[in-house]
Amino acid sequence: MIIRKIAALAAGAAILSFTAGSAVAEDNVEVLHWWTSGGEAAALNVLKEDLESKGVTWQDMPVAGGGGTEAMTVLRARVTSGNAPTAVQMLGFDILDWAQQGVVANLNDVADQEGWGDVVPAALQNFSKYEGNWIASPVNVHSTNWVWINKAALDAAGGKAPETWDELVAVLDKMKENGITPLAHGGQPWQDATVFEAVVLSLGNDFYKAALNDLDPEALGSDKMKEAFDRMAKLRTYVDDNFSGRDWNLASAMVIEGTGGMQMMGDWAKGEFLKADKKPGEDFVCIRFPGTQGSVTFNSDQFVLFQVGEDKQKAQKMMASAVMDPVFQSAFNVVKGSVPARTDVPNDAFDDCGKKGMQDLAEANTSGSLFGSMAHGHGAPAAVKNAVNDVVTQHFNGELTSEEAVDELKNAIAAAQ
Amino acid sequence: MSAKPIPVGAVSAGNKMLRVLLYAVLILFALYYLLPLYVMTVNSVKPLAEIRQGDMLSLPSVLTFEPWAKAWSSAQIGVQPTGLKPYFFNSVLMVVPAVAISTILGALNGYILTKWRFRGDDVIFGLILLSCFIPFQIALIPAARILGTLGIAGTTTGLVMIHVVYGLGFTTLFFRNYYAAFPTELVRAAQIDGAGFFQIFRRILLPSSAPIIVVTVIWQFTNIWNDFLFGVSFGDFDSQPMTVALNNLVSSSGGVKEYNVHFAGAILAALPTLIVYVVSGRYFVRGLMAGAVKG
Amino acid sequence: MNRNRLQDIIPRLVLSPSVALIVVFVYAFIVYTFYLSMTDSRMLPSYGFVGFDNYEKLWALRHWWRALSNLAIFGSLYIVICSVLGLFLAILLDQKIRGEGFLRPIYLYPMALSFIVTGTAWKWFLDPGIGLENTMHQWGWTGFEFAWIKDRNLAIYTVVIAAVWQSSGFVMAMFLAGLRGVDGEIIKAAQMDGASNVTIYRRIIIPMMRPVFLSAFVVLAHLAIKSYDLVVALTGGGPGQATELPATFMYSYTFTRNQMGIGASSAIIMLVMIFSIIIPYLYSELRPGRQR
Repeated sequence: MIIRKIAALAAGAAILSFTAGSAVAEDNVEVLHWWTSGGEAAALNVLKEDLESKGVTWQDMPVAGGGGTEAMTVLRARVTSGNAPTAVQMLGFDILDWAQQGVVANLNDVADQEGWGDVVPAALQNFSKYEGNWIASPVNVHSTNWVWINKAALDAAGGKAPETWDELVAVLDKMKENGITPLAHGGQPWQDATVFEAVVLSLGNDFYKAALNDLDPEALGSDKMKEAFDRMAKLRTYVDDNFSGRDWNLASAMVIEGTGGMQMMGDWAKGEFLKADKKPGEDFVCIRFPGTQGSVTFNSDQFVLFQVGEDKQKAQKMMASAVMDPVFQSAFNVVKGSVPARTDVPNDAFDDCGKKGMQDLAEANTSGSLFGSMAHGHGAPAAVKNAVNDVVTQHFNGELTSEEAVDELKNAIAAAQ
Repeated sequence: MSAKPIPVGAVSAGNKMLRVLLYAVLILFALYYLLPLYVMTVNSVKPLAEIRQGDMLSLPSVLTFEPWAKAWSSAQIGVQPTGLKPYFFNSVLMVVPAVAISTILGALNGYILTKWRFRGDDVIFGLILLSCFIPFQIALIPAARILGTLGIAGTTTGLVMIHVVYGLGFTTLFFRNYYAAFPTELVRAAQIDGAGFFQIFRRILLPSSAPIIVVTVIWQFTNIWNDFLFGVSFGDFDSQPMTVALNNLVSSSGGVKEYNVHFAGAILAALPTLIVYVVSGRYFVRGLMAGAVKG
Repeated sequence: MNRNRLQDIIPRLVLSPSVALIVVFVYAFIVYTFYLSMTDSRMLPSYGFVGFDNYEKLWALRHWWRALSNLAIFGSLYIVICSVLGLFLAILLDQKIRGEGFLRPIYLYPMALSFIVTGTAWKWFLDPGIGLENTMHQWGWTGFEFAWIKDRNLAIYTVVIAAVWQSSGFVMAMFLAGLRGVDGEIIKAAQMDGASNVTIYRRIIIPMMRPVFLSAFVVLAHLAIKSYDLVVALTGGGPGQATELPATFMYSYTFTRNQMGIGASSAIIMLVMIFSIIIPYLYSELRPGRQR
């Protein structure tokens, strides 16, 4: 009797999942991503509708949290169980790590047919290709070395956007005198690291590349690195006491409302300003981190296509191609605040900051000053990235002096490699 | 075992002051426990603008239930604004069989380990019990491999199986301790009368198991309903449970944080377990008393 | 007799699926994790044998030491406060309280909620900008300060506050059940001898709660060592690494830092800690069970 009950329950569960499984349409793509906020999801919906108009069903697998780290854990379980999603949103070195495991699909035929190689910047291709084969469709390029300034607060502090470190300090001092929090910042490791890499970049392109892309021990242990940490300590004095753990968008809100003077954050912050009905140039100003005009640290969201059964490959290729569609790239990036991964997308639909972003990217691309962002997984693999975050965060929170931080950084990176 | 309240501290006439103090302390603690729920509830019925102004403890000056409606049926969980609704049913489909199966198995195990003892049964019980204590994170990768091999990765069946496995330790513990106090003579007598294994269980033990079944079901229901790690790792696009959806709602990476919707969603996700605790809290203590606490 | 033979086999037959599942899903996994801890696994398991290298790296990490010392602070406070508070509330509730049926679920309900649900509320409450401090300021007590969560020396105590909130009601229920199980005759006898209530509790009832203390200790100790979602929801391990615990360390190294080998070795250390608490307890619990 009991046994029969158990059997009935188990069978019931099996039937339920079976019917759920068999409801799957012929052409479908299962997409693992972490774009779940209103604006992001709306942007992604453009892609979904495009695919559905071509008869491909979109099976949504959203996993938010930790800027994608939660999704990467899920991906491990999915791949280990032999049930990989069709496409996965991914960043930087994670892509190459997965490619190395031999579990991603080959997109060469689509890429060659559509000429991706001619329109995607070489620095991005480093992440979209593995051993010469296309494995991912890049969606966008975010650049991380931006500063967002409240226009009124800037006017009260002299009105001139700072172009050098000294000018930046002067403006921050003035804002402090004016009684606002000069630097709106959220104390989370990745946010600390975002500021840190901008500071490193402001000490020179070569220095950034040697320290945070090539991980050259000499650069990591140099006096310049101590200078970078000293500058971080200086910036810490402009942050309010309540910064720890604050989400980045709350820091943006401080700048929007004028209680904070400026925020050092990637271009996704712009969406917050636009949503609050603020106009670039009138209500807020966007500049590159002082001393980094002409250089760009980037991160790029890409859809990595995983090896799937033959029945799903047609839909998978259609998805890869749809992501690269210039219309989608424009529509998505206007909403998201980033710039298209293709360099041939017209800039008509973008606002001033967006246009500046596209122009900066194109210039940096041609002049060789386009670098992968360390804080966002494009400078080094995850282990190194997190080791850097650890040191930067500990230093920013006063647990390490600048000298100790330089030593610790060098050691931590060596240990993580 | 006597279940009578102890008469210690019963009211004597001069003790009035002490009595008042007693109630005051009890109510103070009740406030401490209620505080987070209060914060969530109050802020789930305020418009967002009012939340921004700051006082998190104040009652809403404009009452709105829109956040609740939104969290349930139109909030952005993934690419489409589905709200938590579909995920709620995924959770139910997962929780009900998982709780039922793990409770039944636990009852049978407890019955065997106390009434059908054999050499080494203590060791077996110890082994089963130790399984309560492993950190689930270490199970992620190997369990994924096994589910994949069985062909039930990403299905509700797979989730049910995982939850049954990691619930067995607790359910077996509860029933074993409960049945240990059950007179073995009754079982022996029934055996002499020719009753079989299942007959004895069904006719003699099961009818008096209500308290411990309540404890076990509450425990299992709460743990499985609240689980995030297994749900997110072994769920598929059509079997993700409620907790995963709630996480997608509250920890989305960008955009305006609609705290009122977040709070409404959080309460919605917690409602089934809350109801279970409040409704059966009385039986919970009784059940604990009857077995789970004593060794 | 056939029937008897069958009756002997059935119990073991019924028990065997549970045992098999647990042997695979628990013990085989532990062995596997131990094996992983000796390999060069990074993002996914790989099987290059490296001996105890990962353990050496682990113990050289400042981060890991931080997690351990945090666990020592967090664990001891959490266990002590939960036990004391649980017993205290149980004794109060046991005084023939009117409305006990109303109060008990209030004390108990936090156990029903996960920190995914209550995390935001706690974060708000503890945040000086919008939480308790701000509220007190608005109510006119402008000197009030409560910014522990922002202070790297005090943040770990906010984790204790939230954890105690979640578990102390459950411990209360365990003690209440224990108190209700005490034989009324003993108490009556003591009262006849003229013992005061305080004496009765101190000398007779609380000592009788020894098994409950033990159960509570085991439950709380393993919850403390496994504490994960609490920290993630409340502080994310910050400020700096001020609230990192072994469970968050292990998750982060295994899954977000692609250093699975080190993550596995930290998991093994955690298991050793857990088992060194649980096994002696089980041993002492199961021995008298033999004589029953």
